[in-house]
Amino acid sequence: MTTSEAIRKNFGVVEAEEMVINMGPQHPSTHGVLRLKIRTDGEIVSHIEPIIGYLHRCFEKHCENLTYPQVIPYTDRCDYLASMNNNHIYALAVEKLMGIEVPERVEFIRVIMAELQRIASHLMAVGAHGLDTGGITPITYTFRDRERILDLFEYTCGARLLYNYIWIGGVSHDLPLNFVQYATEFLDYFEPKITEYNRLLTYNKIFIERTADIGVLPPDVAVNYGASGPVLRGSGVQWDLRRDDPYSIYDRFEFNIPIGRGEMGTVGDSWDRYFVRVREMEESIKILRQALAQLPEGGDVHAAVPKKVRPPEGAIYFRGENPRGELGFYIISDGSPKPYRLKMRSPAFVNLSVFSEIATGWMLADIISILGSLDIVLGEIDR
Amino acid sequence: MEFPEIVKQVEAAFPEAAVSVDETARCVLIAPEYWLAVAEYLKTDPNAAFDVLMCLTGYDKGPGEPLGVAYNLQSMEHTHKLEVRIETPRDDGVIPSVAHLWRTADWHEREVYDLFGVTFDGHPDLRRMLLPDDWEGHPLRKDYQTPDFYHGIPIPKDKRGWE
Repeated sequence: MTTSEAIRKNFGVVEAEEMVINMGPQHPSTHGVLRLKIRTDGEIVSHIEPIIGYLHRCFEKHCENLTYPQVIPYTDRCDYLASMNNNHIYALAVEKLMGIEVPERVEFIRVIMAELQRIASHLMAVGAHGLDTGGITPITYTFRDRERILDLFEYTCGARLLYNYIWIGGVSHDLPLNFVQYATEFLDYFEPKITEYNRLLTYNKIFIERTADIGVLPPDVAVNYGASGPVLRGSGVQWDLRRDDPYSIYDRFEFNIPIGRGEMGTVGDSWDRYFVRVREMEESIKILRQALAQLPEGGDVHAAVPKKVRPPEGAIYFRGENPRGELGFYIISDGSPKPYRLKMRSPAFVNLSVFSEIATGWMLADIISILGSLDIVLGEIDR
Repeated sequence: MEFPEIVKQVEAAFPEAAVSVDETARCVLIAPEYWLAVAEYLKTDPNAAFDVLMCLTGYDKGPGEPLGVAYNLQSMEHTHKLEVRIETPRDDGVIPSVAHLWRTADWHEREVYDLFGVTFDGHPDLRRMLLPDDWEGHPLRKDYQTPDFYHGIPIPKDKRGWE
C-alpha cells in the first residue's frame, strides 16, 4: 500500500501543507534515544523514518576483546529490562557451542528467573503503553508489582536490574532460603492483579479508542519483516520459540500461546499487541507454578561451570524467546578464549524496522501509541 | 527436510552455485553471482519455503582474507533451517541484496554495510545504520585502525586500568 492510499483509506481525501517534524532523540515517549524524522500532511503522517544509533557503544566489537564469561555483564546492559533472559540465551548459546550439560536444578532455576523477568518486562511494557496513551495511573500499579519481582531478584543475587546471574554452565548463587515460598506468595498475590490491570487499562474506553484498529500489522508483513514475540503473535501468528523450537527445559511445561484475535478491532492492531502481553503474563505464571513445584533439591549449581571457556572452532546461531521476541546470538569461535565474532540479533531492532510500514498514514498522536505497542528498548537496538 | 536434502535440491536446481558444503556446521557457501537466484528459489519453492530470515551476520576472516555474510533462514511451515554464506573480496566486495525478498534484510544489510563495508547491490537505501554518516572506516573489520580524532575530539586509547 502506498502512502497516499493508506491516508485515503484511513481518513479520506485530505490536502494540507507538508511539514517535516523531528521527534527525538530526547523525547519521553520514544522509550530511549530514538529519533523519528516525520513528514506530515497536516496532522497525518505521510512518511516516517526511524534514525537509530544514538546509544551505539560497539557491543560486538567489545565482545571480540573479552573472554566468553566477561561478555555476560554486557548482555545485561543490551536489553536492560530483560537482563535475565539475555544472560540465559547467551549462556545457552556458549554451552551448545562447547557441549556442556548443566544440572537439572540449574535448568529449573534459570527458567524460574527467565519467566519472572518476562513478567517484569511485560509489566513495564503494559504500564508504559498506558503512559504513552495518556494514562498516568497504570504505570504506578504495574511498577508496584514489578518492584516485588525485583525484590526477589535482589534476594537471590543482590542486584535489581543488571544481574550477571546466569553463568556459562551454571548460575552465580543457589536459590536463597525460602525462595520457593516467597515466589509462590508473589504469584498468589500477583495473579488477581491482572484483573485489576484489565479493569484499569485494557478495557478502558479511552485506551481502546486510542489503540484498537490503529497501526494494523498484517500477519504476512510481520513474517516478512521477521517480527517476533508479542508483535508477531499480536498479528495472529502462533509462533513461540519456547514451544516451536524448544530450548532449555521448556518442552516439559504446559502453557498456551496467546495470539491476537481482533477482539476490539482488527487482528494485529495496537490493542492486540498490548493484550498479548497481558495474557502472556498469565502463561508465565503457569510455567512458574509448574517449575517451582518440580524444582529438584540439592546439588552444586557450580558443578558444570567450566574452569576455562575455550569453545572448539566453529560457528553457531542460537536463539531463544526474550520478552520482546527472538533473541539470537551468532558466535564464531576460533578456539581461543575470546569470541572471534559475536553478533546479537536483537528482537527490538527487527520489530522497530516494521514501524515505518505500520505507522504511515496515521495521525501524529497515534505514532506514540503504535510505538508503545512495539515495546522497544533502545539499549539492544543500538547495541 | 533435513540439511542434506535441501542442499541436494539446491544443487540440482543450480549446479554451479554451491562452492562448498559444510556438513558439521550445516551451512552452504554460495557464489555471490548466483545468490539472488538461489534466494528467490529458496523463498518461493514449496518444498523449501524459507519465509523467515532469522539473522544476517557479517564476518571478517582476517586481514587479506575475504569478507563474508551469513544468512540464517527458517521455514515456519516445515520448521527446517538453513545457513547460507556468501563470501566476497575484501576490497569493493559486492553481494546482491535480498531486502525485497525478506524485509528483515533491509536494516541488517545496512548494518553490515556500516560495520564491514560490504556493498549490497540493489538495496533500496544503503546508508550507515548505527554510526554517524561521516564516520570513516568500518569498525568490525579485523584490520580497523581506531582514528585519533573525531571532529577534533580526541579518542582515548589509554587502556590502563581496564585491560
